[in-house]
Amino acid sequence: MDAEFHEDRVAHTLSEKIIARAAGLPSVSPGELVTVRVDLAMAHDSSGPRRWRPRLEELGVGLWDPEKVVIVSDHYVPAVDAASAQILQGTRKFAADYGVSNFYDMQGICHVILPEHGHLRPGMLAAGGDSHSPMGGAFGCYMAGFGATDMTAIVVTGETWMDAPETIRVDWEGAFGTGVSAKDIMLFLCRELGMDNAGRVIEYGGGTVRAMAMEERMVLCNMAAELGADTGIIEPDETTLDHIRAHGGVVTDDALNWRSDPGAAYLARHQFDAAALSPQVAAPHSPANSAPIAEHAGTAIDQAYIGACVGAKLDDLKMAADILRGRHVAPHVRLLVAPASMMVTREATEAGILGDLLDAGAILLPSGCGACAGMGAGLLAPGDVCISTTNRNFKGRMGDPASFVYLANPYSVAAAAVAGRIVDPREMLAERTRR
Amino acid sequence: MNPQPTGRAWVFGDKIDTDVLAPGHLMKLSAEDLATHCLEAIAPDFARTVRPGDVIVAGRSFGIGSSREQAAVSLKILGVRAILAVSYARIFWRNALNLGLPALTMEEAGEIRDGDLVAVDPASGRIENATSGRIYQVQPLPPHLLQIIAEGGLMPFLKSRYGKAP
Ligand code: SF4
Repeated sequence: MDAEFHEDRVAHTLSEKIIARAAGLPSVSPGELVTVRVDLAMAHDSSGPRRWRPRLEELGVGLWDPEKVVIVSDHYVPAVDAASAQILQGTRKFAADYGVSNFYDMQGICHVILPEHGHLRPGMLAAGGDSHSPMGGAFGCYMAGFGATDMTAIVVTGETWMDAPETIRVDWEGAFGTGVSAKDIMLFLCRELGMDNAGRVIEYGGGTVRAMAMEERMVLCNMAAELGADTGIIEPDETTLDHIRAHGGVVTDDALNWRSDPGAAYLARHQFDAAALSPQVAAPHSPANSAPIAEHAGTAIDQAYIGACVGAKLDDLKMAADILRGRHVAPHVRLLVAPASMMVTREATEAGILGDLLDAGAILLPSGCGACAGMGAGLLAPGDVCISTTNRNFKGRMGDPASFVYLANPYSVAAAAVAGRIVDPREMLAERTRR
Repeated sequence: MNPQPTGRAWVFGDKIDTDVLAPGHLMKLSAEDLATHCLEAIAPDFARTVRPGDVIVAGRSFGIGSSREQAAVSLKILGVRAILAVSYARIFWRNALNLGLPALTMEEAGEIRDGDLVAVDPASGRIENATSGRIYQVQPLPPHLLQIIAEGGLMPFLKSRYGKAP
């Protein structure tokens, strides 16, 4: 390697700055192996307590700081058999035994619960026992996913090792056309940037992102996981801080200073035009297998699923309702809706959105990971074709290995439920405007 | 220096994901039972015929998908000695190392054929294909990770530092 590559970079990206702060170093550069102190550790019923307890007992130690640990039961909820009931019971018992007061039992999906309760803030370094933990990056924190043994080490020591990643900056400019959302950005980026971005952080920016509500920014960071990136991150602004305050979180004076320095070295910079983006669909069995929706128009479906951390927030249900209001699900199709959290269900009820969905023939499922994780209600039979607002369509993820899952935004999923086949949702949205 | 033992190569393509390694709908099974379904969606005979000491060879983004550690646990239970892939999903890579399963990055993984006899030395990065006679040099694992592997994984490593004396 050339000597000049080892020279300290003076300007740093947001991710490098957070990692340096957590490592207690003046700065870090990509590739540097560092030990960081973790500000928050999150895990769910599948990855957390049931894996931690035997290990903690083996070690004979407790949690490094129960106040910094958040546990969410969302994968096996509600219990569908004795085994899942036992997992949930064990999770409750763990929270009680180890003094974890930040425990959310069947309240919703972990990545949505964290911001709903103000747990995330800019500059934080957070570790999550789930691969979609990057979703937290929407709040200007560095939040990455870890496996169970890594998480055990983290909750015991409060530390972990990291190889500081490179940063790729992705800017979007322009306004979305109708029927287009953050989900389409991500399905587009899965094919544009590929899914092989380990060792990299995706930093999103530009006018389109600035104009987005937090729910939409969360989609961008959530699906950094599908890009294979270490995480996704967005520099905080007033929208971020308003959201944190509105959800009972603490906003520190330095919150807005957590941003990339001018002249920071990016591995690559990309700029895209949001106005030119059309609704995207990812065909089985990879999110990178995406194309403009026209390419899959006409594909008959058996099930439409509106669910998951990425695709069943209030904004997502609103998009679906924009299509479904005054329409009805096709006779041979089942439309399943699993709101991302109880708070979402409550807000959607108050806003009349839930009524619109139910009137259209949607079947309401409990809040939780459900069919997205291949664990809960709504699984697929061999040969079933499903269009889904979730983030992954790997073979067998939502049920039988011989089922087929198309990923799309909530407009497209709702429109397919009405038509019984994949259609461009913009036709239905335009019809509504004309009526 | 003792030569590294060889193992049979099981060659897979790009983007072998965690649902293929440890199917989500079977996650309630015990680790041992889950391991018998490892890779069955693409290689139905794998779990039955893999032998202790065998080596997984794969393309890009091996282990992409969920954070579930069972993906790596299953390989470990089945006796896989090492993984050679062009690249890894980050969480899977960490999980494998934490379990004491060496996972090395190998640009030329595509040159290894299914069933080749391969020896892997994670400390030096030397990989020998005894079948083709070719020798490769890849990036060895850093000392701090080798130490975790040498102690049998992160848990034994933590035990030596934090565990109470029995
Ligand atoms: S909803 Fe799906 S993607 Fe989100 S945390 Fe649950 S299983 Fe993972």
